[in-house]
Amino acid sequence: MCGIAGLIHRGNTSNVGFELQGMLQALKHRGEDSTGYALYGKTDGQNFIMRFKVGENVAEGSSSVKEDVSVYDERKKIVDSYLSELGAKVIKEDRILPYSLRYEIQYDKDLMEFSQKIESVEGVEILSMGKSLEVIKDLGNAEVVCNRYNLDKVVGTHAIGHARMATESGVDIKSAHPFWGYPFSDVSVVHNGQLTNYWNNRRVLENKGMRFMSECDSELIAVYLAEKMRNGATLEEGMKESLVGLDGVFTYFVATKDSLGMAKDTMAAKPLVLYESDDLVAMGSEEIAIRSILPQEIETYDPFDGEVKVWQI
Amino acid sequence: MANLKTSEKKSKAQSMGLHTEVLTGKTQQKFFNPDEAENFYYFGTYDVDFNKRTEIDVKNMDCREANKKIDELMKDGYGTIVIKNPQGKHSLGVGILNKLNLIFEGSLGYFGCGSMDGPIVRINGRVGWSCAENMMAGKVVIEKNAGSCFGAAIRGGDLICKGSVGARTGIDQKGGTIIIGGDAGAFTGFMMQRGRIIILGDVGINLGDSMYDGTIFVGGKIGSFGSDAVEAELTDSDQDWLKRKLKVAEIGENFDVSKMTKVIAGKKLWNYDALEPTEKKGAI
Repeated sequence: MCGIAGLIHRGNTSNVGFELQGMLQALKHRGEDSTGYALYGKTDGQNFIMRFKVGENVAEGSSSVKEDVSVYDERKKIVDSYLSELGAKVIKEDRILPYSLRYEIQYDKDLMEFSQKIESVEGVEILSMGKSLEVIKDLGNAEVVCNRYNLDKVVGTHAIGHARMATESGVDIKSAHPFWGYPFSDVSVVHNGQLTNYWNNRRVLENKGMRFMSECDSELIAVYLAEKMRNGATLEEGMKESLVGLDGVFTYFVATKDSLGMAKDTMAAKPLVLYESDDLVAMGSEEIAIRSILPQEIETYDPFDGEVKVWQI
Repeated sequence: MANLKTSEKKSKAQSMGLHTEVLTGKTQQKFFNPDEAENFYYFGTYDVDFNKRTEIDVKNMDCREANKKIDELMKDGYGTIVIKNPQGKHSLGVGILNKLNLIFEGSLGYFGCGSMDGPIVRINGRVGWSCAENMMAGKVVIEKNAGSCFGAAIRGGDLICKGSVGARTGIDQKGGTIIIGGDAGAFTGFMMQRGRIIILGDVGINLGDSMYDGTIFVGGKIGSFGSDAVEAELTDSDQDWLKRKLKVAEIGENFDVSKMTKVIAGKKLWNYDALEPTEKKGAI
């Protein structure tokens, strides 16, 4: 089933980590296999924040193979050496969990080359690369993941998130949402639904040099939009094209450094409730997600079939 | 409920395009022999007094607790119950098989007022997906917008949304009337079998797709007709009925019904009458 939620503060910042946690926790009945956050924080915009993993969470319920922590250490060492080779300077390093790391990096060259090099290390995946974006995803519900990564104090402008019920792919971090819009910095996607022309699209996009890290159909949306933008389309243009190019049922959110968008398929088969005011837009699979941050009576509505909307911060 | 068995009324119904419907529908509450009333017990029904009014705050209750509380209040004879702070919770006000004035001061989540038979409900807010699903009888008025699958599979009663609704309104509808003050999304009246839908605003693509029977009236623009949905002549009887219905529903009283589009099943896909015995044809 899965649940998605998102919010954007226009002209202001707020405690988006805490707010998104509340919204996603309200949707936990839609899936607790994993939860993911894409948080757009308040930064000076100078350095990249790279969130990456060197292994999987192998806790109970995980579909991943257990690995020794020493394997993670080895992978980290290789990543560090590759960063050096690429000319990237690590300003700050946090190893939040044995398999999950956050690096602050100075780097000014091609991100695709950078990502390909780092992800050539077996078991390593860049979860996000951005100057304000940080993707944090792991097994468990929103509260569990928030507490594990101390997200409740993150201040920022906007955020999207996902509570996942794994259906067509594994219970693991690589299949969890949000997906980074590789190779674009600060682009992330969450999705609720099923894409039926995943393999057709994937083959075409891989032939064009795009990279897939999982077999989760939702990753296709991030890659699809990234490819459109690589060819000069705006985010909104790419999203409108996706209504035709992607087959199946879907509601998805996409966020960039300064915007947040939603798209709903032409069958309108997946739910979405939207609240829109001058200073805040909040949306989720169910109204209770919005109510977790706006308990008072508010005007909400369901976007219609085939609708695409984009808001700026 | 009016008995329209007489030939005169039956003829009128036929002139309104309801030629396939035998208007003898009853709600579950009438499916017993009055002579056996002393021995009859219908689970969940109570004698209530509409003048006996109370309020409950469900802010800190889950839906089971809230619904149980409503049941207990009806058992105590309360005929008017006001629900405070529903805050988008799912499945509130479901399975009420009783006369009752139920007022929600706020919005409901999914499946609000589902499977009910008899109450009059006013929701001073919005409703999520599948509001009043499987309603047998009664009236539900929503002051704001509604989500998708609004009035799915209802068999009777009036379901009124003063705002706009999502996709698949009246999917599998088997009777009753759905009235929308604003716009409606795609696949409105999908696989509809009986009853009527009135939309004062615009409607999305695939209107009445694969409908077996029933009638849809649209005041605004139609995105596209679905498979086997066709336009029919809007008769004087239709207009009379629409005016009366909109007036009673307190919605669009001054709406120019003469410009509405009437949509019915082309019956090239299915002939629903041939599939269903007469005695099973439900109420409208």
